[in-house]
Formats: sequence, structure tokens, C-alpha cells
Amino acid sequence: MSEHVLEKQFVDLAHQSETAELGIWGFIATEVLFLGGLFAAYGFFRYLHPAAIAQAAAHTDLKIGAANTALLLTSSFFMSWASLAARDGESRIVARVMFVAAALGVVFLGLKAIEYTDDIHEHLWPGPGFSLPTADPKAGEVFYFIYWLLTGIHALHLMAGIGAILVIANRARHGVFTRAYHAPVRVVSLYWHFVDIVWIFLFALIYLPGRGG
Amino acid sequence: MTATTIVELPRPRGDSYLTDGTTLSSWLLTHDHKRIAILYCLSITVFFFIGGAAAALIRLNLITPRGLLLDAETYNRIFTLHGVVMVWLFLVPSIPTTFGNFLLPLMLGAKDLAFPRINLLSWYLFVLSGVIVLAGLIGGSVDTGWTFYEPLSSGYASGALVVVVGGIFVNGFSSILTGLNFVVTIHRLRAPGLTWYRLPIFCWSTYATSVILMLATPVLAVTLLLVAAEHLWGVGVFDPAHGGDPLLFQHMFWFYSHPAVYIMILPGMGVVSEIVPAFARKPLFGYHFVAWSSVAIAVIGFLVWGHHMFVAGESIYAALVFSFLSFIVAVPSAIKVFNWLATLHKGSISFEAPMLYALGFILLFTIGGLTGLFLATLAFDEHVTATYFVVAHFHYIMVGGMVSAYFAALHYWWPKVTGRLYPESWARFAAILIFFGFNLTFFPQFILGYLGMPRRYATYPPEFQVWNVFSSAGASILAAAYVLPLFYLTWSLFRGERAPGNPWGATGLEWQSASPPPTDNFERTPRVTRPPYDYPEPAA
Repeated sequence: MSEHVLEKQFVDLAHQSETAELGIWGFIATEVLFLGGLFAAYGFFRYLHPAAIAQAAAHTDLKIGAANTALLLTSSFFMSWASLAARDGESRIVARVMFVAAALGVVFLGLKAIEYTDDIHEHLWPGPGFSLPTADPKAGEVFYFIYWLLTGIHALHLMAGIGAILVIANRARHGVFTRAYHAPVRVVSLYWHFVDIVWIFLFALIYLPGRGG
Repeated sequence: MTATTIVELPRPRGDSYLTDGTTLSSWLLTHDHKRIAILYCLSITVFFFIGGAAAALIRLNLITPRGLLLDAETYNRIFTLHGVVMVWLFLVPSIPTTFGNFLLPLMLGAKDLAFPRINLLSWYLFVLSGVIVLAGLIGGSVDTGWTFYEPLSSGYASGALVVVVGGIFVNGFSSILTGLNFVVTIHRLRAPGLTWYRLPIFCWSTYATSVILMLATPVLAVTLLLVAAEHLWGVGVFDPAHGGDPLLFQHMFWFYSHPAVYIMILPGMGVVSEIVPAFARKPLFGYHFVAWSSVAIAVIGFLVWGHHMFVAGESIYAALVFSFLSFIVAVPSAIKVFNWLATLHKGSISFEAPMLYALGFILLFTIGGLTGLFLATLAFDEHVTATYFVVAHFHYIMVGGMVSAYFAALHYWWPKVTGRLYPESWARFAAILIFFGFNLTFFPQFILGYLGMPRRYATYPPEFQVWNVFSSAGASILAAAYVLPLFYLTWSLFRGERAPGNPWGATGLEWQSASPPPTDNFERTPRVTRPPYDYPEPAA
């Protein structure tokens, strides 16, 4: 089987695996820069309109935000478990814990959908219908504009991550991964941890401003 | 000339990459880096001539002060099309996606890039982006220029802007994935014995370019995403009418687009660093400095974006720092130029077409680079901001420099890529014609800019006419010179003499393979034991 998965440009499976890992690290670097632009815009407006941004942020749903943070952190725990199990060649355990991680991701998206629905009912969708009394209405609207973009992009990443997990977990279920060959598990778990870490920053920047004493 | 490593292999028994599968799907679904390079080459040639046609219309219009054939509105759309197509659909992908793709694994002694499927995906994204961008530009009325400055691109823009911006967003992911693929390949797929300091400079400059592609392009993508999103929602991040800040747009845009300028020159520097030693029959002078100057340009290039905004309302302190850093970034470029010249010194120089293009590159790039220093000087920049001086400056870099380097590469590696020799006399004639046509087109624009003619207008005061006529005359020569290779290179594909494996007697692993190379590049993985550019030292 190992002959089957080894691509011709690599010397051996270890070479191929290390290359795949370098690839995902590089990809994560590009993602940091991509999201960095949005974080920069966020920082710019928060610096310009601190009071209005704090008021707008206080309207977010802290309970759902906190629950989702807990869900993602837990899912990352299961992904780490999958990595370790893969290293030991326990392909079927990999499949089981990855399904759990994916399920937690799905629950996250469900809660997020509930939160989005509430947001729309509260007229927090930017545009003509937007209404939120803050020190500077435009700044409040920009906050929610960036909120929708950042959390929306994060949700898309999460969906991609869930999709990738399901594909890899399905392969794991058939016992594909061994001590020698489990790079896809490592790659998808690095990606998943990255999406998780991004959320931690989002949680701090979106849900927490304007709530301190 | 068995300079680097292994004895030249006889033509392999099997097929070359060109004959290994002849169906359409064997091309469109290929994972072979060499075939993907050909796919890119064909697509960017189409885009080059579309962008070139727009340039021809611009120059035609500017023959008379009132504008020869276009109304102002159409003129704005045409120069926007010219800029967008040339930057994203030709210059940024030009050398990396064609010669980078084709040569990198060959130069590294590898069988392919690290991620061949992603490489193919990049090409599909690229073509898709080209179709979307052109649909938006031709179907809609986008007249913002390639920079999409706010509020031109918010309050005053049509809905087609969202389409164009969306196309460039897709294009960005093609660039990002290509850069990532190259970086990982150079790190991981070097043949045994091929240490970093044994890499050809082309690999170093491709590496530096790829780092910029990876780290700058995402910022462009997100900036354009914000432009499109605020357009759709009617919210202002950049749009001042809705409480946004247009300067924030300029910062984010140039954070990408200045490094992108180096995407559009570093690969050319890599090509010239291959060609100059080969036709001077000497090792490259100052290899380590040339190698590290690519990296230095990539790093410092990220810190100079503010020099596009000297008159846009940036603080004087920021302007001073950006001015200083812009002078600093010229140092590694100068190091390269001096090292090429030192390589030529006392070499046995021959003037085949690739060398003519490379020498043209050195001269034109130097003029473009030095006028860049003029523009980095705060007081002078105020005088010539948004004039034809700026237009001339960056065309010397991007057309005089990068396009010349692209043609240099096309001729130098043509025998390797196609297995045929091109007609030398025609090629030399085209190279010289391009040089003269180029200077006649763009040198008058320095004068026009210095005299105060602003860029991007369909009309101008009559006293500028004589220089504009010179420029347009030059453009017609340039156009002919660019079309010429299309004919004789196509001819050589069918009638050209068969090329040997190493027609130039050059060093570098790619010349150790057959012309054209077999699908797997080498019969055995080469083992590298010598430094690059291992030409015999000339007698003292």
C-alpha cells in the first residue's frame, strides 16, 4: 500500500509527509495575512471610535460566543488525540475521535446559525435596515460589517475543515493510516487548530469589548 | 562543458514530455509541471496581446491633444483594462508560472513540484480569473484604473467593479498556491548535494518572489473583498461617504501592491543572472551577494509601501521613514546590477538573442531603478506625482525590465522547452527592435511628466503633442517587435532545427536533461558536486 500513496517526486513516505506538513504551515501563513487585513481594519476603527465599538460589541451574544469557544477548544482536544493515535498507527481510533471533533464543529455552526438569526431580528445586518444606537452610528455599523465578514469567513473555514475531517476520517475508518503514513491526519489537524486559534482571537475582539466593569 | 554534475545523457529511449500523451485531456488534466508551464504560457500570451491592444488604443488616442478616437469615458475604461490585464494576467504570472514551473524541478533535479495537483488547480483558477476579469472589464464600465482607489471604486463605480474585483480575488488564490508550491519545492525537493549555495540564482529569485506571492497576495485579496462587500452592502470601511477611510484602502492596497512590484521584477533578475554568465563564459561574480540581495529585496520591499502615498495625507514622519526605506531597497538592486557588470568584465561575450535581451534588461532596469530614486525623494515626488514621469518609471521596470527578461527567457530556454532552435537572425532583429521601440515610447514620457503632463487623461494641452507623437511612434515599433517573435517562434516549432540537450554549453541541471526533457526529467536523480556557474575562469 505504501507504494500506492508515495508520489513520484518524493524519495520516501517520510519525505512526502514532511513536505505536506511544510505545505500546510505555509498555507496557514497565507491565511494569517488574509485575516490580518480584516483584523487591521478592525483595529483601525476601534482606535478611531473606541466608545461606539464598545457599545456595538456589547450587543453581541456572549453566551453563544462563550459556548462556541468551549466547543471549538474541546474539538481541538479531540483533533490532538487523532494526531497522537495516527502516530501510533491506530487508524480506527483516529476515525472515531475525528468524527467527534467534526460533530463539535457542526454544533458550533448550529449555534452560530441561531446567533445569526437573532442578529438579523435585531437589525444588526449592515445596510439600510441597520439600527443600533451607539455613540457613532456609522462606526457601529462598520463593527457589525466586520463582525459578519470575520465570523462568516471563519464559518466557511470551519465548514471546509469539517469537510476535510469527514474525508480523512472516512479513510481512517478503512484502516488506511499507519505509523509510516498518516500525513493527511497531521495536515487536517494543523488546519483545524489554526481555525480554532482564529476563533479565540475573534472571541476576544468581538464579544468581550464593552463588557468589563 | 560537463560543468555541474553528471555526464550528458543520451536522448532517453521513451518519449519526451511533449509526446507522452497527445489527447486534449492529457494536457488539460496533466500533473506534469512542464505541461502546466505550457498551458500558462499560452494563456498569458493571449492576455498579453489583449493588454497590448489596449495600450495601442491609448497611444493612438494620445497622438492628438483632443484625443484621436476615444471619448474620455471609453479612454478611462481602456487604460483600466490595460493596467488590470497587464498586472494580474501577464506580469505577475509571467516568468514564475511559465519558466518557474518549467525550470524549477529541472534545476533542482526533481521529478516535479511538491504539489502537482495544486499546480494544475492554480492554472484553472488563473484561467477562471482571467475570464471573470475580462467579462467585467469588457461587459461593464469599470474606469477606476488598476489601483481601484476609493472613492472612485465606491460611490462612483458601477456594479461591474464587483465582478472585476471578484476575478482578481480568484486570481490571488492562484498566485498564493503557486508561491506556496514553489517555496515548499525549493525547501524539500533539492537533489542530493544541491545545497542552497549551489542553487542557480533563478531559484533564489523564484524563492524570494514566491515568498512575496504567499505573504502579500492574501492582503490584496482581503482588501478587494472589503471593496466588493462595502459596495454590495453600502457600508463604509473605505468609502468616505459612509464613514470609511480611503487612506486605509491605500495602505492596504499598497501593502500588497508594492511588494507585487518586486514580483514583477525579481524573476527577471533571476533570468538575467542565468544568461549573463552563460554568454560571458564566466562564473557569476559575487554569487552570495546576488543570492541574498533577492531575499533582501523581498524583505525590505514589504516596508516601503507608504512611498505611494507621499501626497495622499500621510504624516511627514511616516513619509520620511518610507522615503528612507525606499532608498535602502535600491541597494540590493544595485548590488545585482554591479555584479552582472563585473561578470561581463573580461568575459568572452557573445551576442545571441537571449544575451541581447539580457543586456537590454540591465540598461532599462537601471534607468527605471534610478528614476525610482527620484520618486523616493520627497520634494521631487511632489512635483511629479501622478504624472507621466511615474508612468515612464514603472514601464522601464516592468516592460523594459520584466518583459525583456521574459523574452530573454523565452529564447534562452526555447530549445529546452520545445526541442527546436529558433532562427537567430530574426530573434536578434526583434531584440534590437524592442530596445529601440521601447526607449522611443517611454523616454519622452519622462520629459512629459517632468513638464507636468498628468497621467490618465484622454486629452492634454497642445504643447505636449510633440513628445506624445514620439511616444506613439515608438509604440508602433514596439508593437511590431512584440508580434514578430509570435511568427518566427511558431515557425520554429515546426521547421526549426532540432536542438541538442545543451545548445549554449551552459551549466545548470536543466541542460543535463534531454531537449525536450522526458516526463520524469531525469533518468536517474542527479547528484550535485559542483558550485553553480562552473564556467572556466578566464586566464588572468
